[in-house]
Amino acid sequence: MSDSNPAPSLYAPREPIFPRRVSGKFRNLKWVIMAVTLGIYYLTPWIRWDRGPSLPDQAVLLDMANRRFYFFWIEIWPHEFYFVAGLLIMAGLGLFLFTSALGRVWCGYACPQTVWTDLFILVERWIEGDRNARLRLHRQKKLDFRKARLRLTKWAVWLLIGLATGGAWVFYFADAPTLARDLVTGNAHPIAYTTMLLLTGTTFFFGGFAREQICIYACPWPRIQAAMMDEDTLVVGYREWRGEPRGKGKRTPDSQLGDCIDCMACVNVCPVGIDIRDGQQLECITCALCIDACDDMMAKIGKPRGLIDYMALSDEENERAGRPPKSVWKHILRPRTILYTSLWSLVGLGLLFALFIRPDIDLTVAPVRNPTYVTLSDGSIRNTYDVRLRNKHGEERPFQLSVKGDPSMRIQIEGSPDDKVTVPADTAHLTRVYIEAPKGAPPSSAASTPVRIWVEDLKSGERAYKDTTFNGRGN
Amino acid sequence: MSKTPEKQPGDPKTTGHVWDGLEEFDNPMPRWWLWTFYATIIWGVIYTILYPAWPLVNSATAGILGWSTRANVAAEIAAVEEANAAINDKLASVELASIQGDAELNSYAVSAGSAVFKTWCAQCHGSGAAGAKGYPNLLDDDWLWGGDIESIHYTITHGIRNEDSDEARYSEMPAFGRDELLTEEEIDQVVNYVMSLSGEPRDAGAVEAGSVIYADNCAACHGEDATGDREQGAPNLSDAIWLFGGDYDSLTETVTNSRYGVMPAWNTRLTEAQIRAVATYVHQLGGGE
Repeated sequence: MSDSNPAPSLYAPREPIFPRRVSGKFRNLKWVIMAVTLGIYYLTPWIRWDRGPSLPDQAVLLDMANRRFYFFWIEIWPHEFYFVAGLLIMAGLGLFLFTSALGRVWCGYACPQTVWTDLFILVERWIEGDRNARLRLHRQKKLDFRKARLRLTKWAVWLLIGLATGGAWVFYFADAPTLARDLVTGNAHPIAYTTMLLLTGTTFFFGGFAREQICIYACPWPRIQAAMMDEDTLVVGYREWRGEPRGKGKRTPDSQLGDCIDCMACVNVCPVGIDIRDGQQLECITCALCIDACDDMMAKIGKPRGLIDYMALSDEENERAGRPPKSVWKHILRPRTILYTSLWSLVGLGLLFALFIRPDIDLTVAPVRNPTYVTLSDGSIRNTYDVRLRNKHGEERPFQLSVKGDPSMRIQIEGSPDDKVTVPADTAHLTRVYIEAPKGAPPSSAASTPVRIWVEDLKSGERAYKDTTFNGRGN
Repeated sequence: MSKTPEKQPGDPKTTGHVWDGLEEFDNPMPRWWLWTFYATIIWGVIYTILYPAWPLVNSATAGILGWSTRANVAAEIAAVEEANAAINDKLASVELASIQGDAELNSYAVSAGSAVFKTWCAQCHGSGAAGAKGYPNLLDDDWLWGGDIESIHYTITHGIRNEDSDEARYSEMPAFGRDELLTEEEIDQVVNYVMSLSGEPRDAGAVEAGSVIYADNCAACHGEDATGDREQGAPNLSDAIWLFGGDYDSLTETVTNSRYGVMPAWNTRLTEAQIRAVATYVHQLGGGE
């Protein structure tokens, strides 16, 4: 520790950041992405999808009460939760792929924290003015009418956005039009209100006040991303060999100055408050706004664009020596990204395959093992099975059960004289099924005999089966 | 990349720890983080005042809210009982025979009956209702006192050969050997005869003699054709099911000393709704008539 300095403060207040407005191709791209992602988020619950009279007509619905997930033409039951696991694996691999190719592109463009913060800063700029006006307002100690009005207006708009965010969230879990009506009339479930309140609060706080601190202190992703990046990853960087030594003033042949005129445009637009010219930093979410700001400036002073740009660290040597960098595609297409892409596609194809071979009739057979068999009066042996039939159709279906195995075996359904069972629309129905083998027949004396339980839809003729075993006396 | 860059003025402070060229920054923490830490301390203090927290010698501080998990469970049970009150009333009051025709009532009765069975009945009849020696298997199609819903309901309500209920099902088989009603040889013959009824190959002479003894001593209760009599709880001796065992030794023991299976009367401990629920449950286990 240095002796000359006084003891350093253990805690530091947050340095307020006032990002300046900027325009350019990355800013435009970010506007488009913001519009698309927010549009998807807010509008999806309102898309309707006809599934017949007994099922909800909301295209995307997480029906917790009935344990169903509806996604357009796909309906996921709880026992098919592996689809969700598969999607999460794909999301993880996708994040690896994008990070190894383009760095923190998720953080910079698509992360909700970034998108909402961007929206909140837009509102802030719209109400309080651009960077300089906001700085003045911030430094003005006295709370006069104008400052109070601007602050209150800003917070009100933020709160409305937060409310819309929380509001949209709950619509994914219930029929949106009904819930919207109930929310307004005060008849919705307390959980809906609590969720909205919570999300309104977090949106307001995270987007309005916490902002980059969420990324720097709360989010684990910046901590692990380094493991996915290498020297070929495209990140936002500063060509210091071209820019340095930086300095203001006219460039004359003997001034020795680089292209950087030290205008601080890149610093002023930065939403996380760093100077990209210091090199790669943990705080940088690669939003690319500094590229836009610098390009703008370079155009004004008649220098080529790209003093700050997407670049790979491996190009540094070439560029310093005046050679051209490798092409973007050579950076992106490398074994690592190809491997991630292949894995991602493999999981995706597997899920698609599983989705298309899902049977319409689904049955599970659980042999009752307590006891393993029952001796009846006439000496025949009976085994009991819990058969769960899932009818994924919108109308009730009659099913016929039959057994295949030793010809002596007969099947019976508890409470049904004719081996038929009717399963109501969109439900799973538990049926107790008996299989009996007469005294002396091979299955009743053998320890166990394989059997196959068939189920047939009497209307459509669709069939499905499950294999299980029949336990006999074993002597 | 390979060499550590020279320190420059303005670089962040480090703790002075260096390991393999890596240095640990000594950056200050954000102040809001400190506030959050203080907030958790305040929260913790308030929490321990409101809720049970500090362990004492034999108990713990109760907390001024009086919250306890036991009270919560009691409240939950009370809430469930209240929620089920209507259907329990219905279950206890409708015609017994109509329960199974009412899908909702039947489903409730089977679920509730399953819970009652596992609490009160499984000790003797087994959790899978398969019974044990002396305790009937409730899954098969053989019933001592009748397997229709009314008979099962009566048996559960009043029990068998107990001293709780005057209406308990009652019958008593004589102890033919112990009370010297039959000689050992006669018992051997009648046991051989009874075993032959189930298709067991036995000594023809003994069977022949046993059939006479059976007709004189046993047929009154077990029937001429040995199919039993449910009025008296006399088992069917011609089928494949033996409550106390169908081998020679077990049957000799049964004829010599008799058997006296007892079941409690459950109307002293269970409500009518519970009895009906468990009767419905037993009836649908596979043997119901």
